[in-house]
Amino acid sequence: MNDTSGLGDDLQLLTLDVNGTSHEVITAPRRTLVDVLRHDLRLTGTHVGCEHGICGACTVLVDGLPVRACLMFAAQAEGARIATVESLADAGSKADSGSDSRSDSGELNDLQRAFTENHGLQCGFCTPGFLMLAEGFLAERPEATKEEIREVVAANLCRCTGYQTIVEAIDACATARRAQRAACSEETP
Amino acid sequence: MNSTKDDRLVGRSVPRREDPRLLTGRGRFVDDIELPGMLHAQFVRSTVAHGVITAVDLTDVCRVPGVVAVFTASDLEMGDITAQLGRPLSEFVPTAMPVLARDRVRYVGEPIAVVVARDPYTAEDGLEAAKVTYEALPPITGEEQALAAGAALVHDEAAHNTLVDVSLFATEGIDDVFDNAPCVVHVETRTGRQNALPLETRGAVAHWDDREEQLVLHTCTQVPHQVRTVASRCLRLDERAVRVIVPDMGGGFGLKCAVGREEIATAAAARRLGRPVKWIEDRKDALSASFLAREQHYTARAAFDADGRILGLDADVVCDMGAYSCYPFTAGIEPLMASAEMPGVYKVPAYRVRGRAITTNKAPTAPYRGVSRPQYVMVAERLMERAARELGLDPLEIRRRNVITEFPYTGVNGITYDPGSYLESLNLCEQALKEAGWYERQAAARAEGRHIGIGYSCFSERTGYGSAAFAARKMEVVPGFDFSEVRMDTSGAVTVTTGTMSHGQSHETTMAQIVADALGVDLAKVKLHQGDTDRITYGWGSFASRSIVVGGSAVGLAAAKLGDKLRAIAAAEWGISPEGTALDQGRVRRLDDPDTTLTYAHLADTAYLKAHLLPKDIEPGLTATAVFDVFNDGTFSNATHGVVVELHQGTGQVEILAYVCVEDCGVAINPQVVEGQCRGGIAQGIAGALFEQVTYDDQGEPSATSFMDYKVPTAHEIPDVSIHHLETPCAFTETGAKGAGEGGTIGAPAAVLNAVNDALRPTGVELDNTPITPETVHRALTPAAPVPPAPALEQTP
Ligand code: FES
Ligand code: FES
Repeated sequence: MNDTSGLGDDLQLLTLDVNGTSHEVITAPRRTLVDVLRHDLRLTGTHVGCEHGICGACTVLVDGLPVRACLMFAAQAEGARIATVESLADAGSKADSGSDSRSDSGELNDLQRAFTENHGLQCGFCTPGFLMLAEGFLAERPEATKEEIREVVAANLCRCTGYQTIVEAIDACATARRAQRAACSEETP
Repeated sequence: MNSTKDDRLVGRSVPRREDPRLLTGRGRFVDDIELPGMLHAQFVRSTVAHGVITAVDLTDVCRVPGVVAVFTASDLEMGDITAQLGRPLSEFVPTAMPVLARDRVRYVGEPIAVVVARDPYTAEDGLEAAKVTYEALPPITGEEQALAAGAALVHDEAAHNTLVDVSLFATEGIDDVFDNAPCVVHVETRTGRQNALPLETRGAVAHWDDREEQLVLHTCTQVPHQVRTVASRCLRLDERAVRVIVPDMGGGFGLKCAVGREEIATAAAARRLGRPVKWIEDRKDALSASFLAREQHYTARAAFDADGRILGLDADVVCDMGAYSCYPFTAGIEPLMASAEMPGVYKVPAYRVRGRAITTNKAPTAPYRGVSRPQYVMVAERLMERAARELGLDPLEIRRRNVITEFPYTGVNGITYDPGSYLESLNLCEQALKEAGWYERQAAARAEGRHIGIGYSCFSERTGYGSAAFAARKMEVVPGFDFSEVRMDTSGAVTVTTGTMSHGQSHETTMAQIVADALGVDLAKVKLHQGDTDRITYGWGSFASRSIVVGGSAVGLAAAKLGDKLRAIAAAEWGISPEGTALDQGRVRRLDDPDTTLTYAHLADTAYLKAHLLPKDIEPGLTATAVFDVFNDGTFSNATHGVVVELHQGTGQVEILAYVCVEDCGVAINPQVVEGQCRGGIAQGIAGALFEQVTYDDQGEPSATSFMDYKVPTAHEIPDVSIHHLETPCAFTETGAKGAGEGGTIGAPAAVLNAVNDALRPTGVELDNTPITPETVHRALTPAAPVPPAPALEQTP
């Protein structure tokens, strides 16, 4: 268990469902979800860029929807299904990332592949936030146009790419998913 | 001799080798480092811009449960960080930057004490309990105030608040040139203070390693070896006793190539406590108290003949450097860059310039992507546009008459420009916007009363500064060369080191491309080490677009040397001379008998495990090292940017409708990476042109301390950029590459400003300052209209 001696008296026991695994954490009520994910559960893929809800680096999925984990106390996430970037390529993860796109071989999923194919990342610090934002959004709106994707991408900050290749990566993934679905529905009578 | 394989990797957009870990959350950034027993630091910071510290009461801090220690400057007894230029006192005044403020504070956010606690939340509780009292001194919040007669002094030793005052050039007879010129145009520009704003804020994790007798400092820096030097001096340790390790880095853009006070204080606290200490800067501190950049004021004039040819350029450059000189670059970084390079791509026969660095009570500045070039390019391009208007010339035609077209060209600034494609890029950029129909669309829009403008900027940027170029600036700490070691193990796998430090520029891929080609091995066989002072003999880190030019050349040279050794071992086995052999895809081949080969694995086996088979003159093992330096003036990448904007009447909003970039960085090692650098740079340039500004009130209190107030552009504001490549290879780098990191940022502000002015042409207003705010545009579009007549009520039915 983590060192709790500096956390104050009013510690609480939380049960968090993260990437399909149930975790128990003893923590202070004021601790944010992103800090618990990063520092208590050691899921450091989710990043912190501002701690005030603007940059989106901390975006995770809560019950399938993108949320800013810096604006939420961990205690508020009890009972919800949380998915972080670690769930995307992870073999056998049960987390609801809102898509059926996870590879079971531990390799990159189709969205992650689209990011690397389109050079949608440079330093990679913003990337987990954009991936989770896109996963949540495409699950809601698989038919999203490139313009709608650009609108959504504007929710997060990236300082390296100029955004164009991020939009292109997400659009490429959405297009491929649609084509795949169309092919599947043709095959099934 | 290089590999004979023709499927060379250099020049190809091979997928990035960094991506899999970064995409799966397995990257390791400084805040991801967790060490047993680790404590957390936060800094008590000055709340006043200028004052004498009269009392620091930390007793309540220690009472906060979970706070372990709190240290002031006198507790930690650290040496100062003092950046130096080798210039006479009349030109440069050195100022010491204490790691923690001792008796005087000079900007809001200056660190005074470090609170160390069990967790970061508690450390912040501790900050709130700190009581510091000050005797306020008058704050100096701007360059004009700083230079005013009788102004308070930010540093007692710097008269007139001037840290740097250099007049690098003054062509004889320049006044006559201006007196007799048929056309003289003036421009005065101011550029806003900006934050380079890497998305990952600064941070450090330090601990003392007893077994190695070493302080280990994990920090996100672009210059690991220079941080080691400062840490060892401030903490009075041998350099050997400090190991700086740089993990993955979430951007830097120059801000992380100045040594930060907090990283040194974190190291000192860890050394004192004998426990690991982590400091992660929050965004508020990053916006207000980390290094800033860009606030400059130019007064310039240019003389032209009647045909629009430049006769002379005369400029005064004033840079507001904030409270301290940053290490290692000093407050000279901006005025020296502007002064030395302002003539840029144009043939300027007479030149005079004065450059000054002024100290004020604002957070200190550091290099930021482009360093002064975004500003002086803006000045040069505004002067071109203004002369074109005055002389009735097309704005591109006047540039065509002035750009350097014969190379090598030695300018009035004494710099020799290597071949580039200045004219070609200009023509191609115009052609791209013409073919896309923007000129017709502009005419049609104007007829409808819409405000559409087209603007350009044409520039070159010196990259690959070697020791000679930095020495010419009279830096006392002279960057320039870089070092590389290439090593092959018994399995034939290759490890390469570089003294440069990627913070998003894909070195793990591009450096490996160079090595894989030089040795004729698969990319997967090559692994790059960077950012560890114990693994890398020495290096100057990454700044000034030097990584591929200097670091990449060192890597290529070292790999070629290792190739020579492989050939020598094979030749010895065959009893022939090495000249009779060639590297070929993981093997050495006999030229006289191409079917006879020896694999690298076989040769490595000999080199390490059967060294008795080697001839006496060949040392066992397979390593090679190389140092590369640039002994001339460096190499010049160039570009033309063309942009189309629309100004919105009601809101004053500037919308970018199209953006074309024609760039030439010589041989692009990985074109996709180069395009990424261009697009990212352009986004930062647009940010400076239209959005971002660090502002202070008249008490020196920063007013943009969160993303609510500091407007970082998003995918809404940043357009798609169409990129065209030209290729003028560099003659002296190993690969023909020139630097590519900064150009986007350099070209964008001038192009955007020119486009806005083109859109404003019918109004007669011209803007010269950035950021171009909606208010200024709105004011320009809404001339002090006569008070609208009262509604004619009687006409209403
Ligand atoms: S860290 Fe949560 S939005 Fe920036
Ligand atoms: S890739 Fe660096 S912030 Fe987006």
